[in-house]
Amino acid sequence: MKSAVVVFPDSNCDRDAAIALEQTTGKKPVMVWHGDSQLPNDVSLIVLPGGFSYGDYLRSGAMAAHSRIMSDVKDKADKGVAVLGICNGFQVLTEAGLLPGVLIRNINLKYVCRPVGLTVEESQSSFTRSYRKGEVIRIPVAHGEGNYFADDETLDRLESENRIAFRYAEGENPNGSARNIAGILSEKRNVLGMMPHPERVCDPALGGTDGHGLFQSLVETLS
Amino acid sequence: MKARIFVTLKNGVLDPQGKAIGHALNNLGFPSVGKVRQGKIIDIELSQNDEVAARSELENMCEKLLANTVIESYEIELTK
Repeated sequence: MKSAVVVFPDSNCDRDAAIALEQTTGKKPVMVWHGDSQLPNDVSLIVLPGGFSYGDYLRSGAMAAHSRIMSDVKDKADKGVAVLGICNGFQVLTEAGLLPGVLIRNINLKYVCRPVGLTVEESQSSFTRSYRKGEVIRIPVAHGEGNYFADDETLDRLESENRIAFRYAEGENPNGSARNIAGILSEKRNVLGMMPHPERVCDPALGGTDGHGLFQSLVETLS
Repeated sequence: MKARIFVTLKNGVLDPQGKAIGHALNNLGFPSVGKVRQGKIIDIELSQNDEVAARSELENMCEKLLANTVIESYEIELTK
């Protein structure tokens, strides 16, 4: 399985994502600079990593969403290539219109950096099939703007189409997200955006392996 | 031609920063302060001199980048 990690100026989780991908797929991902115009054609997974692309200028993810590489990311997403946006990557995906809604400032205005409980809401996707529906996993969040917002109509639609992949477990919503949403799928279910960082919990030496299932799911689906 | 763009949060969108500003003003001895909403001003210099064309160009800029219309609305002010 060939994967790629897009590197924006101020991405800071790109190497963590690369290590997690290499551990699971057995192959180093291709690191693609945001100013490039093309991803490798045979890539089956594109990761938009966490960080503060373009210093979060204007709005988090807004500048990155218009960077050169994004038109190829959109083309490939349209063709069904799996795209995973983690944290800042999720913000970029919403700004680019690949996922609905927007991530606004955390309700208490604080940057939150700690492990949180997540309920797996949907195991019928190439990102989550290694998990059981309803299972609670612990994955760290690290963000100041992770408060998921969308109008009621959009939220209802996400729910009725089973596109909410993860919710914060009861009493653990760290940012005020609508309906406790932590991660959502696109209409075609090949794009996932999530605020928590699964790549940070893929090695027992780093405090847990609950994130491994996500990468394992992708390997099982895409290999 | 010069343009000033006002980007503000739509009604009903939570504004934790505005809220914090309101609290701070109350604490600083301004008890009359009620609800506070904050936003952005973006000043743009344009080489375009036709007002209609400038306005349509600016609207395009707002829709594409300057505002996220899921949560924000914008107003355009043009001066010669």
